[in-house]
Amino acid sequence: MTETRGGLPERPLSPHLQVWRWHITMACSILHRATIISLYVGVLLLLAGWALALASGPDAYACYTGLLGSVLGKLVLFGLTVAVLFNIAYIVRQTFWDAGKGFTPKVADMSGVGAIAFAVVGAIVVWVIAAQTGAL
Amino acid sequence: MAGPSSAGRFRTPMSRARGLGASRHGVGHFITERVSGLALIPLSLWAVFAGLRLASLGFDGAAEWVSIPHNTVLLSLLIVVALIHLKGAVQVVIEDYIPDFTLKTVLVVANLFVCVLGGALGVVAILKVAFTGAL
Repeated sequence: MTETRGGLPERPLSPHLQVWRWHITMACSILHRATIISLYVGVLLLLAGWALALASGPDAYACYTGLLGSVLGKLVLFGLTVAVLFNIAYIVRQTFWDAGKGFTPKVADMSGVGAIAFAVVGAIVVWVIAAQTGAL
Repeated sequence: MAGPSSAGRFRTPMSRARGLGASRHGVGHFITERVSGLALIPLSLWAVFAGLRLASLGFDGAAEWVSIPHNTVLLSLLIVVALIHLKGAVQVVIEDYIPDFTLKTVLVVANLFVCVLGGALGVVAILKVAFTGAL
């Protein structure tokens, strides 16, 4: 894209990831994409899979919940809890952006930190509640 | 896009000749993502609550729980709205990172098919349990 063809003005390119110093808004953006991909797999496999297992009868359901209850299953579920909560916070953040608010570096940094903190603290709270209600 | 001057500067001759811009369709995806995202705030909070509830129920308890009407409806809505939202989100990721037209098109269509299939399977399974009860 560096050469101009047919008299077109050279189009602007955004700087590549590698030339930027890591900062919180960029980390949030990348984390958002990562959580979207994990939720995609999560909703398709875990949620739709759970419904299918339930519709397939007690044996399939026991097998499925056995998988989810394993150490790896719990790790995946904890990760998905973080991802769900992070996306809730991110949607709120984007809605403020749509209203034209929250773009100053300071506020954008704070809302980014807030989204990550909400996700991590919220997920820990959910899992403490799960442990106390005997859901684990 | 800072006004008509810069928009005109970076347009290709083809797009200038067609004179269509985004043909007024560009904003549809954006609105779908925002509206489904807003709907997902209460739905996914409910999903966390539902997950906590379901984790301590066995097969019979879960089947009974699913057949309560508001649970049936919210579960179905959760799957449908989440997949509408995620289909759009993943499509943007594909469009951002795959420059090859054929591969990009194949992946975008596959994304749509996978989401529709997953959503249909999930919703039908939930309705089956809700209407016919535990096996």
